[in-house]
Amino acid sequence: MTTPARPRRTAGAILLEFLGSMNLAITLLVAVAFSSVIGTILKQNEPYQNYILEFGPFWFEVYKSLGLYDVYSAAWFLVIMTFLITSTSVCVYRNGPRMLRDMRAYREDTAERSLRAFHNKAEWSFAHTPDVLREVVMRHLLSYGYRLRVKQHDDHTVVAAMKGAANRLGYLGTHIGVVVVCVGALLDGNLPLKFAELTGKVRVETRQLPSTEVPAISRLSADTASFRGLVTIPEGATVNYVGLKLRDGILLQELPFQVKVADFRIEQYDNGQPKSFESDLVIYDGEGQVPQKQTISVNHPWFYKGYAIYIVSFSDGGSKLKLQAWPLAGAAPVQTLQGEVGKSLKLAGASGPRTIEFGDFRLYNVKPAPAGSGKQFQDIGPNFTFKLRDESGVALEYENYMQPQEHEGRWYLVSGVRDNPDAEFTYLRIPVDTAGGIGRFMRFRAALLDAQKVRMAVQKTVQEPMTAGLAPDPRMQQALTALLEKLLAQFNAGGFETVTEFVQQSLPQEQRAETARLYVEFLHQTLRELYDGAAAGEGGSITQADHSRFFDDAVNALGVLRDYGSPWFLQLADFQHIEAAVLQVTHAPGKSIVYTGFGLLIMGVFIMFYLPQRRVWALLRQEGGMTRVVFAGSTNRDSLGFAKDFAELHTGLEARLRAL
Amino acid sequence: MAVTRDSMVKGFDKRPFFGALSGFDWLFAALVLAGAGYVLYRYGAVMDVYEIIILSGVAPAVIAQGWHWKAVRAMLLAVALLSLSAVWIYGASLDAAQTSFLLKFLISSQSAIMWMSVLFVMATVTYFGALFLRSDFAGHVASAFTWSAAAMGLTGMLVRWRESYLIHVDYGHIPVSNLYEVFVLFSVITALLYLYYEGRYQTRALGGFVLLIISAAVGFVLWYTFDRGASGIAPLVPALKSYWMKIHVPANFIGYGSFSIAAMVGVAYLLRERAGRMNPQGLFATRMPALDVLDDVMYKAITFGFGFFTVATVLGALWAAEAWGGYWSWDPKETWALIVLLNYAAWLHMRFSKGWRGRPMAWWAVAGLFVTLFAFLGVNMFLSGLHSYGSL
Ligand code: HEM
Repeated sequence: MTTPARPRRTAGAILLEFLGSMNLAITLLVAVAFSSVIGTILKQNEPYQNYILEFGPFWFEVYKSLGLYDVYSAAWFLVIMTFLITSTSVCVYRNGPRMLRDMRAYREDTAERSLRAFHNKAEWSFAHTPDVLREVVMRHLLSYGYRLRVKQHDDHTVVAAMKGAANRLGYLGTHIGVVVVCVGALLDGNLPLKFAELTGKVRVETRQLPSTEVPAISRLSADTASFRGLVTIPEGATVNYVGLKLRDGILLQELPFQVKVADFRIEQYDNGQPKSFESDLVIYDGEGQVPQKQTISVNHPWFYKGYAIYIVSFSDGGSKLKLQAWPLAGAAPVQTLQGEVGKSLKLAGASGPRTIEFGDFRLYNVKPAPAGSGKQFQDIGPNFTFKLRDESGVALEYENYMQPQEHEGRWYLVSGVRDNPDAEFTYLRIPVDTAGGIGRFMRFRAALLDAQKVRMAVQKTVQEPMTAGLAPDPRMQQALTALLEKLLAQFNAGGFETVTEFVQQSLPQEQRAETARLYVEFLHQTLRELYDGAAAGEGGSITQADHSRFFDDAVNALGVLRDYGSPWFLQLADFQHIEAAVLQVTHAPGKSIVYTGFGLLIMGVFIMFYLPQRRVWALLRQEGGMTRVVFAGSTNRDSLGFAKDFAELHTGLEARLRAL
Repeated sequence: MAVTRDSMVKGFDKRPFFGALSGFDWLFAALVLAGAGYVLYRYGAVMDVYEIIILSGVAPAVIAQGWHWKAVRAMLLAVALLSLSAVWIYGASLDAAQTSFLLKFLISSQSAIMWMSVLFVMATVTYFGALFLRSDFAGHVASAFTWSAAAMGLTGMLVRWRESYLIHVDYGHIPVSNLYEVFVLFSVITALLYLYYEGRYQTRALGGFVLLIISAAVGFVLWYTFDRGASGIAPLVPALKSYWMKIHVPANFIGYGSFSIAAMVGVAYLLRERAGRMNPQGLFATRMPALDVLDDVMYKAITFGFGFFTVATVLGALWAAEAWGGYWSWDPKETWALIVLLNYAAWLHMRFSKGWRGRPMAWWAVAGLFVTLFAFLGVNMFLSGLHSYGSL
């Protein structure tokens, strides 16, 4: 004889039980939470170079093999996610049918013993027949919004009532919602791309190449299911691709249509901060199709055939700049240059050739307005930035304004210079003349280099009554002339700084203070002589005081030219502003699935929390001449709230029954 | 059985819902509708369709709220009165803030928020006073302080909304756009949620605990105002110029507020539980609500927070799909919102399905506050991402 074997559970059933178990669910929820933290602490998808610098080569490799630079598509993370989805699905699969049945089951067969075991219960005896009592119980429960089933058993009657049956739909909505969201998101994820990369079908391009030269292995065809890429398009240009940034390189994603940026506009607040930017786009979609037009702005993308086109940002699209290169070193003619933002050009100069790399052009520069102007902000006009690189590769960065700027009541053309991107700019201020230009300043500077003019100016200084008194005889006059020419040469070489150095080297300590003052006075006199010559014949009415101020400013500017470091002053004469829109194009076919999941999830959560399932039973049993009523209730949520309501329900019922 | 539902219910009617409403309820509803109607009439032309939908949803929601929770009606009317006075005194220029006594010392947004801060701190002290001195009167005073603080805070926000337009029409925006503004929002929402539970559970013993966290927020607001000058109104960056902000941010803060309350109730639970073991006749064991009540408040706060935080996260995803080009980018703020949700989902499963109660769940709720706090503040302080406005 064999003992009846316990029903053996199949491996499948055990697996299903494990996957649907609450312990696993809780573990997975916590595990996903913990793993997600990693990706927020460690910046994701940076170029590998940054990680190497941060962690050193050893840990770099360790983290890399753990997939920490792209956690959310690392294999182990996806495995956990898959487990969570599976576990939730299994949970729904196992509980769902039971819950659906439960929604319709009133449990009219519940035994008296069970009812007595409930926390919320009451028991009475009345002289009336069960039929009469049942009637009152039913009416009472209906008035509280319960739905009822009555069942006549052999020796007793059960009124089974239920409220909030839909609570079970809440469970289903929540959990199915979670699964649906994850499935939709998976469709939109970059798993296929990862796979293609793993199998060598696709390789990230790490070189800086023009789009046309990106090799086929780094191109993705237009029928890729889902992607999210960026592209910068100058006004007037048309493209049919976007770039997908991946770790230390890019992939080129082709689009099934062409996008043209017809126009780009930016609006600003009065403080110069961007208020909105928008772009007029045209889509050319195949032969014989009418081009489609639409304007997009931040928060208002264009949804076109399942593709979404966003404006993300903007940049200069290669503005054309017409420049006057005024020489600042040596005597040279003014040159006219054509520059373009993003491009560079080479220029021969007194101290060797330099490369001018044009960085940016800004049409508006809003700064706080000077006090008392009645305005808070003002626009001080266009500027452009560039780098000047010498042959050894050392570069200085400049920022030049087109329009004269006011500073303490006077007007200057302003150029800032700095030797590293983190430093503040120091500004060279060249005073502008009556015509609004820097002609007079440049004539003055040219005069300083003109041997003939210098000689005459020196001569004049030496013959001034004041100087003449100091140097009465020709020998001394000659010495003074030589000294002045020397001082002037020093000034030309490096402004007053060099002059001071020269004085310190050539004079004994005790005479320094007194004599230096004299030297500077002589030098000033000569400079003024040269200035007067340069300013003469300009016409217009310029007061003497204006001249003096201009002269002081000009001398100050000349004095710092050595630190300015550029052989030219690049004056912006004219420009053609060309902007570029930075667009993002995405294709996410899973989106509507995800949104459906969101809807289910939210509905489910609120139903589950706020529509608790409540059950109430009244069991009526005739015993002797009396009818015993056992009244009990239970709920699956909010037991405290139910206890309160049940108290109201049963006291009300008792009152009604007693009143019979 | 031949009884129809209708005939059976007769004579058994529970109080019908509408019939149970008082005259004040109807007046309240009329005023809310009139206010919303006036806004539509006056500003309808400059509102986009979504803003009209939001307004049309907010008015009935406020009415429902007022009918369900009677105590809030008086406060809302006071807030309306105060903020409309401020708007009226301002007229078309901000200059009145310097000359009008009322604005300068009471209801300009800065002053109102200062009053809010002071009142919250006073409420905290008074709640604890009431607990330790066993004084019901002090408890009433503490509640009054909290109500007034919430009213001043809400007034401050509404007036600030108006002030942003007075600075420059272009600057105008709902004040939920930077850290200063959302801290005020947080304080007000948390206080209101707490006051609701206070009424529901008829206990003031938890006030001090919840107000402690509001006081901390107030401390931050004050530091942020005086040390960083953060109270200035700046125009919005283009990415924030969206009706989504009006619903996404408040939904988030209902979540944050609820989770904070749950954590502070958790603290109260742990103290009460300890007191019950160590000193059953002591102050805590006798004055604090019973453990199962505390457990229930904690659970209710977490479920409420979970619901709204889910909504907020989904709204965030929908907004991201419109502004950033994807509903999910694993941006740190987004990811931390998910972490918060997963944490509380685990908490709920533990409680619901494993039947865990008591100390471990209270500890977990307290720990949850740190997760929430990191999502709210830590991300802004330590991590960078697309949510980069509101950085410290
Ligand atoms: C991301 C995944 C999940 C989320 C967001 C989620 C969310 C929720 C929420 C909010 C509740 C309500 C809890 C309460 O009322 O206290 C709940 C209940 C529940 N969950 Fe989940 N859950 C998830 C995964 C799972 C998994 C994997 C299982 C399978 C074991 C599961 C099984 C249950 C069960 C059995 C209930 C109780 C339902 C009832 O009887 O009313 N959940 N879930």
